[in-house]
Amino acid sequence: MTQMTFARAINSGLRKSLENDPKVILMGEDIGTLGGVFRVTAGLQKDFGKHRVVDTPLAESAIIGTAIGLAYRGYRPVVEIQFDGFIYPAFDQIVSQVAKLHYRTQGAVKMPITIRVPFGGGIGSPEHHSESPEAYFTHTSGLRVVTVSNPQDAYTVIQQAIQSDDPVLYFEPKRRYHDKGEVDEGIDLRTATPMGEARVLTEGTDVTLVAYGPLVKTARDAATAAADEGISIEVIDLRSLAPVDYATVEASVRKTGRLVVTHEAGQSGGLGAEVAASITERCFYHLEAAPVRVTGFDVPYPYSKVEMHHLPSMDRILDGVDRALGRPNSLSGLEG
Amino acid sequence: MNIVSRVTNIRGNGARAAGSRRDHKSPTLRSHDVKRVRAIVSTDETGKGGSGAGAPAGSAGTGRNLIQLITPDGERVSHPEFDPWVKDIGDEQLCSLYEDLTAIRRIDVEATALQRQGELGLWPPLLGQEAAQVGSARALRHDDFVFSSYRENGVAYCRGVDLTDILKVWRGNASSGWDPYTVNMATPQIIIGAQTLHATGYAMGIQNDGADSAAVTYFGDGATSEGDVNEALVFAASFQVPLVFFCSNNHWAISEPVRLQSHVQIADRASGFGIPSLRVDGNDVLAVMAATRVALDRARRGGGPTFIEAVTYRMGPHTTADDPTRYRDANELEDWAAKDPIDRVKTLLDRKGLLTEQFRQHVRDRADAVARELRAGCIGMPEPEAMDVFKHVYSAPNSWLDRQEDHYARYLASFGDPAGATSQEGAR
Repeated sequence: MTQMTFARAINSGLRKSLENDPKVILMGEDIGTLGGVFRVTAGLQKDFGKHRVVDTPLAESAIIGTAIGLAYRGYRPVVEIQFDGFIYPAFDQIVSQVAKLHYRTQGAVKMPITIRVPFGGGIGSPEHHSESPEAYFTHTSGLRVVTVSNPQDAYTVIQQAIQSDDPVLYFEPKRRYHDKGEVDEGIDLRTATPMGEARVLTEGTDVTLVAYGPLVKTARDAATAAADEGISIEVIDLRSLAPVDYATVEASVRKTGRLVVTHEAGQSGGLGAEVAASITERCFYHLEAAPVRVTGFDVPYPYSKVEMHHLPSMDRILDGVDRALGRPNSLSGLEG
Repeated sequence: MNIVSRVTNIRGNGARAAGSRRDHKSPTLRSHDVKRVRAIVSTDETGKGGSGAGAPAGSAGTGRNLIQLITPDGERVSHPEFDPWVKDIGDEQLCSLYEDLTAIRRIDVEATALQRQGELGLWPPLLGQEAAQVGSARALRHDDFVFSSYRENGVAYCRGVDLTDILKVWRGNASSGWDPYTVNMATPQIIIGAQTLHATGYAMGIQNDGADSAAVTYFGDGATSEGDVNEALVFAASFQVPLVFFCSNNHWAISEPVRLQSHVQIADRASGFGIPSLRVDGNDVLAVMAATRVALDRARRGGGPTFIEAVTYRMGPHTTADDPTRYRDANELEDWAAKDPIDRVKTLLDRKGLLTEQFRQHVRDRADAVARELRAGCIGMPEPEAMDVFKHVYSAPNSWLDRQEDHYARYLASFGDPAGATSQEGAR
């Protein structure tokens, strides 16, 4: 076990992938000489060369589009989109091409492309640097979408994503880049938790709290605080956003009878809606209350002096937990 | 060029046997002809034509001459720079090119007929663009890789794609027709220009592998306005990848004339990216072949990308769902009919004494055989199964989709007879 930051853990996972598979190639803006604006790829170009760690011109659609061509040629491209809000110029290549090529070619052409996207807010950035666009991609068939919440998963899942023959969007919670944790770099990927599985982080009996990415830490804090009040929260780190591991969530909700889902992305049409609907369909008769969503608002990502109001905080999550439990909460007395 | 002589050229449509042009008694110009002369001026081989939009003020262009080795009159003209690139094309190869051109036109006509008869959902005709497709495709090696648009069905034919496979996607029987790796050609791309980036990435892979093959990407004049094409040019130039950008300037992007896309000749855009370009008569199969060979040779020798503008004309509609009479002048079509890519080769063969009755019969027989095979393959295509809708979305199990698939199978089974249920679903 080694103590390292989240960013360092991804770096180490990328390094391992580059070492293990000569077909792995990294591409992106500023990822080579600079090592990425967050230094996630620091030192990799120096060690693996300019043909394996490629600084590209500034064109997101081309970064994805050329990765597709490399995949056609048998490569396993790992591309970095510098910030969440910069992914939209590449949207067409991701949605119309990356996601559909395996289907279009009836399985003849594989698209083992990993798209790394630093996402989420809380770092005081200007516009376009703090977004949570995951629902656009979870809605797109043909893609797998994952996110990680701790350095060990960051290290393991990036390698699993690269090994996947399907395209994977790997969302990195950028405000956790500098969080430290223990990482077992000798972990056997074959016996590690599969990429598509959710994980129960803290067992509980009263409420199931589903979180992913940057809010997993907040959710755990909420569970700790709730425990002081005698409320037992079961926290689930979703990890895979497409597909969601409903079996794990369902098993938990059958036990607790209550579901709270939280994410930074806006509420309407978000992943929380999907989780709430699916769980309601699957185990309606085990629910004691309507599922509750605690999310960002349906606003453009706000300027930094008010972003704390947009981002679900521990207290706002606990308010949602109170709602699910029928305890006094900020909406008490309101219908629906 | 002298307008009168050009009109004479039109009169002397290459479809007639060599020499007949001079014998043809051209009537004096009527008012109809005068109108046509104007159309000629606006659609000349500068590639800026298209009567659908007014000439933009200050419309620029170097007016670079087209590379041409066979004139519309079927005359083989020498070109010191490009002749050496096709010196191996003797009589036999010329006959073979003519055969391919004719077969492809027949495929196109037959597919259009199949669509009219309800056997295909849609078809994008390539009528008039046969030489651009055959001349370039036959310059390629097997290990070169093609990324094309949806109109390069002639290229697919030259790559060896099975005729029935070409039609699969247009009949709606499959999401694509063939395994790209068997012929080294990706299946048709419908998003305009998207494939140019795939070709660029593929060429980056070739470069990394140290191979001497090349990638070739086909796209139209309309695509040159797309961001993806411009980004592909940037990447290809930056990394100096072995890639040929083959732009079929067919003058029309559905209803929009090429002048709406570009105020300079399309080929001239390449220089802004630092990419050498060639501007070729796209209706001249030999010139297209020569230009493509030049570009491929540069790519194989590590000289980076080349941009080819093949100036041709979409003589048919954009697709069978389109009606070009709503936006373009019939005279324009006539002008380009006089520059037909197949007629000029026929005339040349005749001049060379190669157009024997035996050869003509052989070409007719082959076209007939190709048409029969296409029709039989289309109509006899096996129907997909209901559950095929779920196949190949992912390469490994996906719990979301697996559940939907399971539920739909149960739904179909609830009818007792899944086949009956499928047909009922289809009838809704």
